[in-house]
Amino acid sequence: MQYFLEQCLIGISIGGAYALIAIGYTLVYGILRLINFAHGDIFMVAGYIMIFTTANFPIYISIPITIIATCILGVVIEKVAYKPLRTAPRMSIMISAIGVSYFLQNFATYLFTALPSNYPPIYFLKKQIHIGYLKTNMADILTPIITILLVLILIWILKHTKIGLSMRAVSRDYEAASLMGIKINNTISYTFAIGSILAAVGSILYFTNRASVFPYSGSMPGLKCFVAAVFGGIGSIPGALIGGFFIGLCETLIKAVGYSTFSDAFTFVILIIVLLLRPTGLFGEKIIDKV
Amino acid sequence: MLKVKNLHVNFGGIKAVKGISFTVDKGSIVSLIGANGAGKSTTLRTIAGIIKASKGDIEFEGNSILNNDTSKIVKSGITLCPEGRRVFPDMSVIDNLKIGAYLRKDSITDDINKIYEMFPILKHRSWQLAGTLSGGEQQMLAVARSLMAKPKLMMLDEPSLGLAPLVVNNIFDIIKEINQTGVTILLVEQNANKALKIANKAYVIETGEIVMEGTGKELLNNEKVKSAYLGKTK
Repeated sequence: MQYFLEQCLIGISIGGAYALIAIGYTLVYGILRLINFAHGDIFMVAGYIMIFTTANFPIYISIPITIIATCILGVVIEKVAYKPLRTAPRMSIMISAIGVSYFLQNFATYLFTALPSNYPPIYFLKKQIHIGYLKTNMADILTPIITILLVLILIWILKHTKIGLSMRAVSRDYEAASLMGIKINNTISYTFAIGSILAAVGSILYFTNRASVFPYSGSMPGLKCFVAAVFGGIGSIPGALIGGFFIGLCETLIKAVGYSTFSDAFTFVILIIVLLLRPTGLFGEKIIDKV
Repeated sequence: MLKVKNLHVNFGGIKAVKGISFTVDKGSIVSLIGANGAGKSTTLRTIAGIIKASKGDIEFEGNSILNNDTSKIVKSGITLCPEGRRVFPDMSVIDNLKIGAYLRKDSITDDINKIYEMFPILKHRSWQLAGTLSGGEQQMLAVARSLMAKPKLMMLDEPSLGLAPLVVNNIFDIIKEINQTGVTILLVEQNANKALKIANKAYVIETGEIVMEGTGKELLNNEKVKSAYLGKTK
């Protein structure tokens, strides 16, 4: 029982990090109808940025630098690789996303070699905690709390600020949104900025429990988070949250009972099942076809 | 107020607008009528900056606004209430109104109250999702949303499209009311009868060119207009 509960905590913690990345997929999909395949690699690059900033600065400076740098990276990728393709068929921009993904992986390999680099220990997050007879660490406890907090902030932004209003409008109807005076390109930049910030936070929480980063360490979590976003219904933020927690929890529990080899396969079986039975996911957008 | 000079627009690989010129005087209602595909909507969308013109000029209050960003054009005081209403279906009525005032930095509470006086039905539906409104209510919302930007010139693209005759009357009354508050109106309509009745000035567009112009009354009594657009025989 104790083992089970401890594993649950770990699962929820991984799930929280997954949820933060899944929201990035969902936000970008909502606004550009694009699966941003580079998102997982942005998450990986955030890991490297953290390694280099902590080598030079104390933690409380390097965390904000990492978040800001990742945010800039996300916005620049959009401007360079997606914006010129705005009027191109959707397939072209998706292929561009895959290209960016490989570019980031190879660029990281070139700069940092393919060997795993040590992730800086954040002692505060590594602290052991005992809750009753459960042993866990600070990161596992904080991850879901931070995740839910960030999601609440995000939902507040979407509901109550002009940026949020413009994001919701653009995700529904480009032309009508621009007739309101909204600058579509700015709104898309905000979306990428928010998605990348969440990926950076997710990256810090995720790698703290992993101890190393290598150029491909973004691809598998990236794909899993994509599955999480599809499971929850791509385009839906609560969906991505629940999807992230669900995938993280299932994966950890499968590992816990000794089927580690199947944990990744299981994630993709979920993807296939969801696509077959309920392609719009748990909270997928209902399409209102009223003219 | 608005001067369109020799406007040419290529859209979807065809020459949709071939040298249209017209003027809209301050405080007036101007109607553009014509059949499907004549280039009326394209003209409005070009003025709004959604489509780029290939030739010609558009002047608003003495300045050329040709091929400006839509955002800049809205800021200068021109709004377009688009064809097919295009309200944001998954936002509440009040959010739709708020987004109409997106570029404004001043307080909008007074204006929302004014809108609710003008469209009592929207007040009742304030928190309802716009997608659940009836067609007529959505059209009212689209007009109200355009109004929230405090436009000097309001362009309406087919506001009567797909609405019941009673609702159409209602919409036209509202357009007149808006005009009386000092907003200049540029109207595109297939319902030529209604559009000509409220217009100070009107233009008939055929295949991308203006073929006739005159006051609303003149065109209503014109034999050619009668047979082609009003469905009346001689």
